[in-house]
Amino acid sequence: MRRTILMLLAVAWLLAAGLPYYFMVQSGFKTQFELLSSPFWALPKEWTLQNYRTVLAGTFLHSLFNSLLVVSISVLLILITASMAAYAFSRIQFRFSRPLFAIVVAGLVIPVHVTLIPVYLLTTKLGIYDTLWALIGPYVAFNLPISVFVLTEFMREIPRELEEAAKMDGAGPIGIFLRVILPLSGPGLATVGIYNAVALWNEFVFAYVLTSSPARRTLPLAIWDYQGQYSANIPLIMSVLSLSALPLILIYIVAQERVTGGMMAGAIKG
Amino acid sequence: MKTQSKTAFLFLLPAFAFLIVFVVWPVLYSINLSFYDWNGITASRHFAGLGNWRSLLADEIFWRALRNNVAIVILSIAIQLPIAMGLAVLIHRGGRALKIFKVVYYFPMLMSTVAVGVLFKAVYDLQFGAINPMLEAIGLQQLALDWLGDARYSLYSVIAVICWQFIPFYMILFLARLVSIPSELREAAAIDGATGSQYFWRIELPLMRGIVGTAITLSLIGSLKYFDLIWVMTEGGPSHASELMATYMYKQAFSSFRMGYGSAIATAMFTIVMITALAAMAVGQRRRAEA
Repeated sequence: MRRTILMLLAVAWLLAAGLPYYFMVQSGFKTQFELLSSPFWALPKEWTLQNYRTVLAGTFLHSLFNSLLVVSISVLLILITASMAAYAFSRIQFRFSRPLFAIVVAGLVIPVHVTLIPVYLLTTKLGIYDTLWALIGPYVAFNLPISVFVLTEFMREIPRELEEAAKMDGAGPIGIFLRVILPLSGPGLATVGIYNAVALWNEFVFAYVLTSSPARRTLPLAIWDYQGQYSANIPLIMSVLSLSALPLILIYIVAQERVTGGMMAGAIKG
Repeated sequence: MKTQSKTAFLFLLPAFAFLIVFVVWPVLYSINLSFYDWNGITASRHFAGLGNWRSLLADEIFWRALRNNVAIVILSIAIQLPIAMGLAVLIHRGGRALKIFKVVYYFPMLMSTVAVGVLFKAVYDLQFGAINPMLEAIGLQQLALDWLGDARYSLYSVIAVICWQFIPFYMILFLARLVSIPSELREAAAIDGATGSQYFWRIELPLMRGIVGTAITLSLIGSLKYFDLIWVMTEGGPSHASELMATYMYKQAFSSFRMGYGSAIATAMFTIVMITALAAMAVGQRRRAEA
């Protein structure tokens, strides 16, 4: 009895998780007429690439490039600044260590919306409204807390002896950080990097508020613009969604454990 | 000690520069702005004292938004966590047979929230969508509702999608903990004649209290801050039926250009989230002390 319930759950979730994707992918190959005239679950009678052609001829690839650029710069900055801060918190004893770490922990729960108005005003004042640069500051700042937190936990586990040995060889704090701690933090940096890359790849609110022109849109905003512009053309929108989901799905299929593990970074402390 | 402090501050400087400019200062600025009337454009702003706060407390829509946030909190925890737990146990015990299932199981987590919202708007669509035609095909026309357009259902229709998106997350979280329970326990329990379900309720579940607590905290705080999916699917509508604190704040600040009032909503939201987080932390700590 229990077994049947569990098996039903297994199949039910398989359908629930898979069917929306099925709907998305196959509708993207239909013509608008066919979507209206045949049930959604039927595969297209004639597979058309017209939707994809239209999308790729537009600004889609440009948005993809914008996303790649913003995400890589932000993640790089996060990894540098977070690992430096984590090094201080995990390996150096100093005054105000605890209250400063408390600020970082508080940053884990602060809602983005409470900063939206001031960040918007600051961005216009600096004259970087509607540029990709506007996104980098908030992107780095809002992902620093979790990154510092995870990396501090990670660096605490690195044995002190290794540090002592480097000190004997005359290495200062910068030398120890660069030559001992950082090289040993590879797995931690990878986790944090994946987590941030996925989160920023999908980020919506800041990009929505701080950019406006199609040329500056990141991928999630490109989707938003398409659905505003072509709201009646469901097949076209489905092809946009399929294209935008593709990169993460491909990476996921190649490196399943890595990706899911990285996405869990936010909850690592159980 | 002194030089050590100096080195530490140098290492902290870049991170804290970002945090101060983009988190700490904006929070303080928002609190300050909540005492002003301002459209965000003119140079002069008008000091309003507690005016915005008085309006907020009397604002029917804000309370409705807060209630909707609480509904998301409760339904998210009550729906997502049991299903995620069931699936995690299933994958953990199912072994190879479920390997293929597992790949598909995580799919909902891989799409951006905007994409999920746009996809499900199409799925819920009255004419071209997936749900209503399917209900009609199996003879349940009377269940074919206006899922997003009817004020009675719109919030719950979006909550269903929130659950869809987040169940895999909690599933992986629980699965990671299940895998870390030593298999000797399982064998010992089997020797003592424990059935599969007894083993789950008496051994696995008690051992997972910590991670379940984490999951509840994450879901609680995430639900109070919720914005993206509601904004994409309903923009808080129809007529505020699915309004949340965050969507209401956004509308006031960026559509009506009431920056002061928007800041008051944002500050209220900030306060509610911080108090909830502190309470959750206190409960967690007390439980750990008891254990």
